[in-house]
Amino acid sequence: MKRFANALLCASALSMLGTAALAETLTIATVNNGDMIRMQALTDDFTAKNPGIELNWVTLEENILRERVTTDIATQGGQYDVMTIGTYEVPIWAKQGWLLPLDGLGDDYDTADIIPAIAGGLSYEGKLYAAPFYGESSFVMYRTDLMEKAGLTMPDAPTWDFIADAARKMTDRENGINGICLRGKAGWGENMAFLTATANAFGARWFDMDWKPQFDQPAWKNTLQSYVDLMNEAGPTGASSNGFNENLALFQQGKCGMWIDATVAASFVSNPKDSTVADNVSYALAPDTGLGKRGNWLWAWSLAVPAGTKNADAAQAFVSWATSKAYLELVASKEGWANVPPGTRTSLYENPEYSKVPFAKMTLDSINAADPTNPAVDEVPYVGVQFVAIPEFQGLATTVGQLFSAALAGQMSVDDALAQAQTAATREMTRAGYIK
Amino acid sequence: MARAVTTRTKAINTAVAWTVALVIFFPILYTIITSLKTESEAIAGFNLIPSFTIESYIAVQTQNDYFKPFMNSVILAIGSTILALIVGIPAAWAMAFSPTRRTKDILMWMLSTKMMPAVAVLVPIYLIFLRTGLMDTRIGLTVMLMLINLPIVIWMLYTYFREIPGEILEAARMDGASLWNEIVYILTPMAIPGIASTALLNIILAWNESFWTIQLTTTNAAPLTAFIASFSSPQGLFWAKLSAASTLAIAPILIMGWFSQKQLVRGLTFGAVK
Repeated sequence: MKRFANALLCASALSMLGTAALAETLTIATVNNGDMIRMQALTDDFTAKNPGIELNWVTLEENILRERVTTDIATQGGQYDVMTIGTYEVPIWAKQGWLLPLDGLGDDYDTADIIPAIAGGLSYEGKLYAAPFYGESSFVMYRTDLMEKAGLTMPDAPTWDFIADAARKMTDRENGINGICLRGKAGWGENMAFLTATANAFGARWFDMDWKPQFDQPAWKNTLQSYVDLMNEAGPTGASSNGFNENLALFQQGKCGMWIDATVAASFVSNPKDSTVADNVSYALAPDTGLGKRGNWLWAWSLAVPAGTKNADAAQAFVSWATSKAYLELVASKEGWANVPPGTRTSLYENPEYSKVPFAKMTLDSINAADPTNPAVDEVPYVGVQFVAIPEFQGLATTVGQLFSAALAGQMSVDDALAQAQTAATREMTRAGYIK
Repeated sequence: MARAVTTRTKAINTAVAWTVALVIFFPILYTIITSLKTESEAIAGFNLIPSFTIESYIAVQTQNDYFKPFMNSVILAIGSTILALIVGIPAAWAMAFSPTRRTKDILMWMLSTKMMPAVAVLVPIYLIFLRTGLMDTRIGLTVMLMLINLPIVIWMLYTYFREIPGEILEAARMDGASLWNEIVYILTPMAIPGIASTALLNIILAWNESFWTIQLTTTNAAPLTAFIASFSSPQGLFWAKLSAASTLAIAPILIMGWFSQKQLVRGLTFGAVK
């Protein structure tokens, strides 16, 4: 009997060891947004198809996530097997050798189906280093009722002059309606995302081909002055504190005639559960000034596999699942087509069911109108529409963003803000060795 | 002779004390109020009257399991406190009752480690944790939190021990008490209020520590600070959910602080007035 018990114990121990050896656990670092949270709820589908792989989620605030994964990846820590990063990080990290090229996504993955502009933003030297989970551009969201009341008709592709004129006409201070709501909160991903993209439309650029900052050029003066003047006349009070979320709340409460921001906001403002103006919203491309570039950006939250992972194959299997056509169909079957992560695959926009979503076509047109490899009117030495894909940009753009936010708040003049931005940028680029 | 205090002065003092207390407590109060609002209400502007919905609490619990990070917080806070006392009591004893010419310098040096920004040593600590297999383990983080708070623990204990007459310890030694017996049976019982308040403060500090607890954990040892950090959203309204997560995270320590406030105040003001 004792021998039998011992044998049973040994068998159990061996089987446990065997299970432990077979099971791979992937740690996935991600941000907290609706699409990512939805994916976490749907991972049973992945684990059912991949029984040897278990998933652990680490959800962090965007900036903490960046700090955390940067430390881990720079030290080759291997704490994460899959990480959520944006189009800003991908070319920089791929160049550093911090990411694995995604060449094991499977035969049925159909990489060619990824929207070309998005795939371009996630590639380095022709290789895909991250797979897009959802992609976005920016566009104009506007109130059809207020536009009609102002006696105007929004074209599909408006100019800045039209937007400024419409904003002033739609403003009704007595009833708490602001003609336009735009980002003013300082930050490289807040006001500088909007202003950098807008500057492209005004013919401005961050650097010339010798990496010399261009804030002393008339195009930047025109950009910032137009923005500050428009916001003072037709924007909400305290706009220098408003980012995406603050403007979202204002628009949902019916306090904005127009809002130029991320295309992903369309699903929020058109949702009658949260938005009081859901029935009166329509969309248009981000405006231009006739110079050939529109002020719309390009961003994709993407899944990448760090070079330090010990589970590279399983990690690529997960990335493949989460960014596949089948995943989009899975979400559609559970939550409807309006909740499918947008902006990643061409085939989604050819789907007749998805084309019924009111903002689908305009989202695709906006994404296609963005060109990260050739973002400005003049030639530039960098990649990125609303950012410059160099490691120094994050800190530098936050400094410049604080100056521009101060100009919006009336704490300094537009000229002073631009002069200080030029000084700060020249100092930083010289220190970093770009300017010889 | 006791100073006569008029009713009017009393009333003014009471009003001022309540006002100051309210100002200090207001951020926590507003967090609790915000947690009972809808997301739209939460971002709509300053408003002290919520709609008393618990939808954010439900969303927080659905999205993330509260129990695991809560247990990690409990283990890390209590574990690091016990470790800090084990190391801190003998150290403070030595400095209080057998001081040398360099004791003050050592105390200042220990305190100076608190003046360095944590991020300055992030990479070396991160690499040590990686190489030693302590990354994302409760043991590693317990030791880390103990080390972070040790200077404060030793300083507080040193201050309390200095108030205890050395003659009592000498008398014990005369009666044949060993060093161990002297610390365990004579010193510790006399310093219990001080040790208790040091322990309470250390628990609060360890509970609230967010830099290292986020940097050195992923899933296994992540405490409530990481739980809170997961509810901030780059795109989408999250203030009510974040407030609900914060309320859940601070509730245990708030309740503990409420019940032990007498000991805490007594301990923190010990030796301040002679």
